[in-house]
Amino acid sequence: MHDPWFNLRQFTQARIAQGRAGCALPTRALLDFQLAHAAARDAVHAPWQLAHCQASLTALGMEVLTLATPIQSRAHYLQRPDQGRCLVENSRKLLASRATHSCDIAIIMSNGLSSAAVEQHGVALLRTIITEFAKEPLQLAPLCLVPNARVALADEIGALLHAKLSIIIVGERPGLSAADSLGIYLTYAPQVGNSDAERNCISNIRPPHGMSYQLAAEKLFYLTQEALRREISGVALKDEMPRLPLPHPTLPPKI
Amino acid sequence: MKYSTTTQGKSFSFADLKTLMAKASPHRAADELAGLCADSELERAVAQQLLAEVPLKQFIEEPLIPPEADEVTRLIHSQFDAAMNSSMLAMCVGEFRDWLLTDTSNLAEISASLTPEMVAAVSKIMRNQDLIAVARRCQVITQFRNTIGLPGRLSTRLQPNHPTDDLRGIAASILDGLLYGSGDAVIGINPATDNLDNVTALLNLLDEIITHQQIPTQSCVLSHVTTTMELMRRGAPVDLVFQSIAGTEAANRSFGIDLNLLREAKAMAESLGRGRADSNIMYFETGQGSALSANAHHGVDAQTCEARAYAVAREFAPLLVNTVVGFIGPEYLYDGKQIIRAGLEDHFCGKLLGLPMGCDICYTNHSEADQNDMDNLLVLLGVAGCSFIMGIPGADDVMLAYQSTSFHDALFLRQTLNLRPAPEFEAWLNNMGIFNGCNMLASNRAHTALISNFHPQR
Repeated sequence: MHDPWFNLRQFTQARIAQGRAGCALPTRALLDFQLAHAAARDAVHAPWQLAHCQASLTALGMEVLTLATPIQSRAHYLQRPDQGRCLVENSRKLLASRATHSCDIAIIMSNGLSSAAVEQHGVALLRTIITEFAKEPLQLAPLCLVPNARVALADEIGALLHAKLSIIIVGERPGLSAADSLGIYLTYAPQVGNSDAERNCISNIRPPHGMSYQLAAEKLFYLTQEALRREISGVALKDEMPRLPLPHPTLPPKI
Repeated sequence: MKYSTTTQGKSFSFADLKTLMAKASPHRAADELAGLCADSELERAVAQQLLAEVPLKQFIEEPLIPPEADEVTRLIHSQFDAAMNSSMLAMCVGEFRDWLLTDTSNLAEISASLTPEMVAAVSKIMRNQDLIAVARRCQVITQFRNTIGLPGRLSTRLQPNHPTDDLRGIAASILDGLLYGSGDAVIGINPATDNLDNVTALLNLLDEIITHQQIPTQSCVLSHVTTTMELMRRGAPVDLVFQSIAGTEAANRSFGIDLNLLREAKAMAESLGRGRADSNIMYFETGQGSALSANAHHGVDAQTCEARAYAVAREFAPLLVNTVVGFIGPEYLYDGKQIIRAGLEDHFCGKLLGLPMGCDICYTNHSEADQNDMDNLLVLLGVAGCSFIMGIPGADDVMLAYQSTSFHDALFLRQTLNLRPAPEFEAWLNNMGIFNGCNMLASNRAHTALISNFHPQR
């Protein structure tokens, strides 16, 4: 039932050349879609096995703090983004007790909308980032793990740690083809009330199909250096890294 | 004006017009999250009754957001003053609904004198069928390289996104879309990053395809307006200028824009002269909940904030306005029912305010919705005369991770409701052997020159 140009699937995961039954999808394509939707729905609702992640990071020699939001369940998380943006009091106290006079960068990680993403890629991505950042004498705060957080929680954490810059790694909303994609958001001068226009984002980190850990870490390192040098982030800070290297160099096709 | 009454032995009182508007809104998660929604079904029904008695002039006299605090309010007032038409002002919201539904009322004549708040208010006391009946009588026609919004036409945005902006992957999706008759509203890519070289490469790819195949359509890479402006300065082939917009100054600021920036961008694009003379060159996206998400809603309900974004849009005579209705997530629109209602409201409000409204009929995987809900909204908006919908391979956007409508869905809607693509694009589809001259796919379209010319290089 596929279309004759089905071989173009080698260039994209998009559901191209599916063929048709009248105007509709052929049965096989329809049922494949339903299966993928079911898997994505399950990925949204699964909890994060936090202890496992914490143990792996500690084994790598990282100093790890575990923090909490007032969120009680995944359903609660989905309906109350405001509560995913604040810490419980105990976590605030813990951060206040650990804050130094100032540091360069606070790194935070949360399952966000996909526990599968952070379980699949979180530790490996962090290891790559830490290696990349070791190229410069940057002072890093202890790594913070927070289940059920929203991006803007990085503002409060960064402020409590007196960090010049906050970086949060979160599970992105599962799609049909990608239920395990990570995103990174970077904010200069984090403080409660920062707007999304003040953040830079790197998304679709999900090797081998999405962005590689190495490229994500290089982009993050580039943006971090530029943010610290120019004392800005967000729409005013453009990603002017040369387009290459991509995982597979591409030339423009001819149509 | 006082907003209070007694019903069934209970007294109800609403502090001001914006509170009354919020309480009268059909239920949705966004207003609940903001703490604005009615406490009971009875309170909502009572608020709707009181709202129906409010004269339209009250929306001029009692701004929901003070003009001194918000440039969008100031814009709304200046648009109203410029229209110089006060014929509707004495009418109450309820009478206004009746007037709109009368098939002799001249909607085009009053469009410019309506404010977003008036239109939002009347939508709150309209059923879904009312929203459809009035919207389908609004005609909004725009043009760039083709003509969007003619009667009996339905256009599609071909959305060939790829998670790493791989040019071959994007080209493959474009080819697939064109072979299914998609892409007359725009071929529009959401880039994975706003990287300048990256966006330039995408713009060049689109320009080359459109030029080489002589496709009567336009391209857009949906990067931030400041990125597009920088690329125009560098000479990149920019057809349409894209930007997400919202209904308050503070929400727009959270997007990194204001009205002056949009004016500057529009002037730059106009000076490029890439479309026909007097073309519409802006492409805006909106969606209920964006002002709340930016904590910039001033206590105004999500649907009214959305309608205010249309005042921003109409200031720039856009080619396309797209409400991305279910993208924002369940904390704003919880399920299929709320998404369907919001889609119909946005299309109605936009059309009545004179905008070329399309809809990204969509949902995310954390919403209580599925493709059946999208089928429902698709048919409803098709009947309502929606200007354009999205065309995405298999309805699955592999970059933005959400589901929308597919190339197949557009074919279904065109066949079911006898809707055709934009005339220039339809002629191209027929010439290329993709359509068979009867608004259907040609049986032998695999042999078109489009495929034999496709050479992905390695």
